[in-house]
Amino acid sequence: MAYLDHAATTPMLDEALEAYVAAAREVGNASSLHAAGRRARRRVEESRERVAAALGARPSEVIFTGGGTESDNLAVKGIFWARRAASPARRRVVSSAVEHHAVLDTVDWLAEREGAEVGWLPVDAAGRLDPEALRAELADHGDAVAVVTAMWANNEVGTLQPVAALAAVAAEHGVPFHTDAIQAVGQVPVDFAASGVSALTVTGHKLGGPAGVGALLLARDVAATPLLHGGGQERDVRSGTLDTAGIVAFAVAVEAAVKGQQEYAARVAALRDDLVRRVRHAVPEVVFNGDPDDRLPGNAHFSFPGCEGDALLLLLDAQGIACSTGSACSAGVAQPSHVLIAMGADDDRARSSLRFSLGHTSGQADVDALVAALPAAVERARRAAALRAPR
Amino acid sequence: MRVLAAMSGGVDSAVAAARAVEAGHDVTGVHLALARNPQTYRTGARGCCTLEDSRDARRAADVLGIPFYVWDMADRFHADVVDDFVAEYAAGRTPNPCLRCNEKIKFAAVLDRAVALGFDAVVTGHHARLGPDGLLRRSVDAAKDQSYVLAVLTRAQLDRSVFPLGDSTKAQVREEAARRGLAVADKPDSHDICFIADGDTRGFLAGRLGEAPGQVVDALTGAVVGSHTGAYAYTVGQRRGLHLDRPAPDGRPRYVLSITPKTNTVTVGPAEALEVSTVRADRPVWTGGERPDGPIECEVQLRAHGDVVPATVELTGDTLRAELRRPVRGVAAGQAVVAYRPDPAGDVVLGSATIAG
Repeated sequence: MAYLDHAATTPMLDEALEAYVAAAREVGNASSLHAAGRRARRRVEESRERVAAALGARPSEVIFTGGGTESDNLAVKGIFWARRAASPARRRVVSSAVEHHAVLDTVDWLAEREGAEVGWLPVDAAGRLDPEALRAELADHGDAVAVVTAMWANNEVGTLQPVAALAAVAAEHGVPFHTDAIQAVGQVPVDFAASGVSALTVTGHKLGGPAGVGALLLARDVAATPLLHGGGQERDVRSGTLDTAGIVAFAVAVEAAVKGQQEYAARVAALRDDLVRRVRHAVPEVVFNGDPDDRLPGNAHFSFPGCEGDALLLLLDAQGIACSTGSACSAGVAQPSHVLIAMGADDDRARSSLRFSLGHTSGQADVDALVAALPAAVERARRAAALRAPR
Repeated sequence: MRVLAAMSGGVDSAVAAARAVEAGHDVTGVHLALARNPQTYRTGARGCCTLEDSRDARRAADVLGIPFYVWDMADRFHADVVDDFVAEYAAGRTPNPCLRCNEKIKFAAVLDRAVALGFDAVVTGHHARLGPDGLLRRSVDAAKDQSYVLAVLTRAQLDRSVFPLGDSTKAQVREEAARRGLAVADKPDSHDICFIADGDTRGFLAGRLGEAPGQVVDALTGAVVGSHTGAYAYTVGQRRGLHLDRPAPDGRPRYVLSITPKTNTVTVGPAEALEVSTVRADRPVWTGGERPDGPIECEVQLRAHGDVVPATVELTGDTLRAELRRPVRGVAAGQAVVAYRPDPAGDVVLGSATIAG
């Protein structure tokens, strides 16, 4: 099988899996007062320090969560609520049109249910945000803004955002800035303190750790109202018995991914560039989406004119090639990607797109398999799409 | 063969897919998303798509170990089935949306896409037999037989269709589903129109066509005997829900005899006035052998699960004419007349056409 969907999830690293199993064999609730509890607590705190060190944060800034979606919800809702509670005029959320649904739908929910106003920042044809647009937004509405949230790297088209520049603009206005860095950690250098952001989302299963565990890095001076109430285990911002084994494995994976990032990125980007070159050769009319240079090393995203992405996916899947239409499903039905629409694509181009994402287990054989299968699949998908033409 | 199994989330299509796998085919499961808003559709409805049905279909595909995808056919379904359904009622006819869905969606839009993508055929859980001779026959389970709603299929469509359930009764299908560990084994049967969630066809039509008050007229006397809020809501042969202001002079019950959209009139009359001996129908399809060039003796069925009557059928150009051996009540324009040839191995579908009126 050629697995070209590492951006959806990537295999666990051996060392993370071994750490998980070893920790899961041990009993102990990190909140318990006895020796077993203390041992669990120690593993959690060691993991917190490892994550903090790897990502340029202080240990006290690491809040373990149940993964990326929870971290995004906690950051956006939590900071919004806390800021509005402190100052009722601050009920504006600023976000980008290309966020992952974990942020997008959270912002929409705040607008619908909590009376939030939303300022949407546009992107250019490569999916890139302009810090000047944020500057203009904050010049107009700065006093009313509760939180700004913009992703570090786009999960669909792979474009990297000028996060440090955006965070600097937010800082000028004293507005907390959250970034969803789920796709970025381990792929590009990510340093919490150096980036100037106030909150950062990271999750385990995109970087070789387990699914269902992640963290929100939250600066000490930024308040967030909890989503989950209970034991207050994580800085009173997040409750729930700590998943000691998951956290241990997550920390091992974060550390390994960050440590190996440069070497990984060089290898995978070379493989990706080969993939792009050969796909263009095999299907000359493809459109390559996203920023050509400033992008995730493992991401290749194309539109195949005259094809439907879901048909191509089916045909490639039948050849043992796993990829993604990159778009969210509603009732199992692929919707045209909001990311491509925001980049100026029409519905047809958005529906004709596929994402191929490489990762730590990818090799030349994966690219070869794709390039071998693609022309016939495109030919068939085109015939199928032609049937949809208006009669 | 590489086959595409249409999986509604019900027990029939799950077992049909299972049998296709067992027969050695390379099977891919597809659930058709037909609703623009799945919440408004009825769960368990035939071939339709609440989220629960979609999950049930996916789970069945998992159990069978076959690839599974959801195909978005909502726009096509809306245009070709739902809008057609409303337009037919508005024109005073009584459509059969399941038949239309087979004709335009499952064995047209879906089949064409499947063929373009390299599949050889579409597998469905319809209760009908389709053997190596290419003839469409009734299911062994007379109560579940769906040959009527498949009789619109052309030769080309039948040649790319597989119906693995025709030799089994529904009870056998359920037993087999349970034996195979399919959770849908005891999922209730669907009966109603999938896109009318509450089963209220009249309310559904009123919402789309608006209220159109008009008169109910007695066919014998010409007298106005009542009023209605939309002639489209009536079906030929209907007795209940007429709400007549006064009893008929002869004191006998009244039935809907005809609907006249032009004057927005519903005409009622006694039962015997419903009797029809000659049926004219359009757009004939003939798949049970050579198209006959003269009158033939056969049996006809005039609505889903309706009685079967002996008849002489003749095709002339784009018209089918059936002379019924005994009169039939409640023949509604828009329904199909399906001609069958009695056969011990399952009555054979000869052809079909849409009843004119």
